[in-house]
Amino acid sequence: MIVEGKQKIWADYQKDIPDDHYYYVRSCIRQSFFPASEVTFLDITRNKLGKDFYENPYHTTCGGIAYHSDSIPQETAMTIIARQFALMHESGYENYVCSCITSFGCYTETLETWHEFPELEAKIRQYLWDSCKKEFVKPKYLAHCSDIIYKFRHEIATKAKHKLINVKTGKPLKVVEHIGCHYSKMFPSKGFGGAEYPHVLVGMIEAWGGEVVDYPERRQCCGFGFRQYFVQANRGYSLSNTYKKFESMEPYEPDLIITNCPGCPYFLDHWQYVIAEQTGKTYGKNGYGIPALTYEEVAGLVLGYDPWDLGLQVHQVAIEPLLEKMGIEYDPKAKYKGIKGKDLGTPENPVNIKIV
Amino acid sequence: MKEHIVLIIGAGPAGLETAYQLKNLGLTPVVIERNDKIGGHLAQWDRLFPSSEEAEQLLERLKGQTKDIEIRLNSRITNIEREGDSFHVTLSNNRTYDADAIVLCTGFDLFKAEKKQEYGYGIYNNVITNAELERYFKTHHDERINEPKRIGFVHCVGSRDVKVNNTYCSKVCCATALKQACEIKDEFPDADVYCFYMDLRMFGKGYEDLYLKAQKDFDIKCVRGRVCEVSENIEGKLVIKAEDTLLGTPMKMTLDLLVLMCGMEKADGVDKIQKMLSINSNSDGFIENKDTFTGMNLTRERGVFVAGACTSPKTLPDTLAEARAAAMEVYRYLNS
Repeated sequence: MIVEGKQKIWADYQKDIPDDHYYYVRSCIRQSFFPASEVTFLDITRNKLGKDFYENPYHTTCGGIAYHSDSIPQETAMTIIARQFALMHESGYENYVCSCITSFGCYTETLETWHEFPELEAKIRQYLWDSCKKEFVKPKYLAHCSDIIYKFRHEIATKAKHKLINVKTGKPLKVVEHIGCHYSKMFPSKGFGGAEYPHVLVGMIEAWGGEVVDYPERRQCCGFGFRQYFVQANRGYSLSNTYKKFESMEPYEPDLIITNCPGCPYFLDHWQYVIAEQTGKTYGKNGYGIPALTYEEVAGLVLGYDPWDLGLQVHQVAIEPLLEKMGIEYDPKAKYKGIKGKDLGTPENPVNIKIV
Repeated sequence: MKEHIVLIIGAGPAGLETAYQLKNLGLTPVVIERNDKIGGHLAQWDRLFPSSEEAEQLLERLKGQTKDIEIRLNSRITNIEREGDSFHVTLSNNRTYDADAIVLCTGFDLFKAEKKQEYGYGIYNNVITNAELERYFKTHHDERINEPKRIGFVHCVGSRDVKVNNTYCSKVCCATALKQACEIKDEFPDADVYCFYMDLRMFGKGYEDLYLKAQKDFDIKCVRGRVCEVSENIEGKLVIKAEDTLLGTPMKMTLDLLVLMCGMEKADGVDKIQKMLSINSNSDGFIENKDTFTGMNLTRERGVFVAGACTSPKTLPDTLAEARAAAMEVYRYLNS
């Protein structure tokens, strides 16, 4: 591996990000999968970094799941997106920041398509007016939330309570970075680091003390792939895809997987349980799996948030071995307690993968 | 008879051969070369297809032919002013010439392999280019080539590729890949050698023979399909993914060495000279000639001629033939 070669590519694929005043758009599935990731992002950016993030309560899904599942035509997805842009303009913002990678891909694809085919933009403008009596203004700047954390990664590092370092050995944790396919594979210039060697998560890992693992199936999809999973008969493809990735990363003995997509941490996390049940194999040490976290969750751990406030108990793979490596104190009894001590219930113990 | 000075830009095979022919025709050629030695890419190559002649032998012949001709090394063109039918040319060392004609023999640059990021050149140690392999054959020194057991060649790197805006075929890479595949198999007989191609364009004398020989005598495995991804495993070996389009199946393979057959692009810096001479580029980005059939050595500017791979990718025999034709065109122009 020639690190200088990657550094050259990273230098070539940089983009400007405004310093402040962002219009924030949520994902339609992340709050179910990782209930505290979005609220942690807003808390970090608003309260730790002092940035202005505005959310309009009337915003909706971007339509990406339906679009990529071939359930709605492109014009419909674009009209939904046009409405989102109209809400941003009505709110007085011009820097559009979305939580979901697929949304980021859809917004990018829409803006690029309108750039190439202005007649389509005019058509969508009419559709939006006919359906909602709204007019949209295109964002001056479009970013994914991971771009924002990337931009402020060094500032986060200066406020860090914990590093991505094994406190017992003093060595950096080995971290797999997994980039959502819709981040830069369609439009390499829109992502930090481009499509082949993205830097957005690598930058965070290195700034927070970890060591990046580059393994042969790094670029492979997590296994979600929309139709691979949504069409029930195809789910074998989804599982085998994830299995292929774990077999490929296994020799590197990673401590952690960090992702920037709604689907990736979910599938990289939950399929470990299924692989363990089907094959008896686990990829962490001593019968545990490898934690697959969102970048907000990792940033939260680094900044000293309580792991259970970050919602790490809803992951399938046990987080405790990682917490111990990072020297993070936690209350085992509080793991399955919700807000105000509400009992969330305790999951059953699987046969082949340890969850506590 | 008036002395006619003809300035030739580029001291590769085209420039040297043009100069030699012009001298024979009684003109005064002056060759301008930006590098510190003559020969262009030929000076970097080991053996030539199809005769297996050493490139150095041909270069020595070209040098021998031009030993009495003025060749200015380490010289760049900084300015050209046209005065009637004469060109006032200034070089980077402030030397000036008043030339009666100019022949552009600026050749080509190899496509920069790092632009095709998916092949991992400059990222993974054991990904090399066709030029680097040729240098290894010449010097037998490259730490990356260490008893490889499995070797891959990727054809059409930077050629016939819309994504890098090079839609043309570079013409020589198919034969060069098979030549190099046979040569490396000769050196490492136990190695498995694979060529990943889109089409094999084996169009000239000896080409189809090479294709058959490579498979029958050297057991080179030709796979019709593009490599889509290169990565490295924990042992430092390359892991590639490709599709065998004849079998209709994806492939994944571990290799010790991957050779990228970089195609041709117009040489760096030629744009500036074109601007000085008001010469356009063609749709492939090379220098535009006047017409394809009877004006291939001419440009739309009187007194400015072209020869070799500066107008499109060419084989060495084609380049040398064009150089001779260009010399005749210059002679006819200056004596008309």
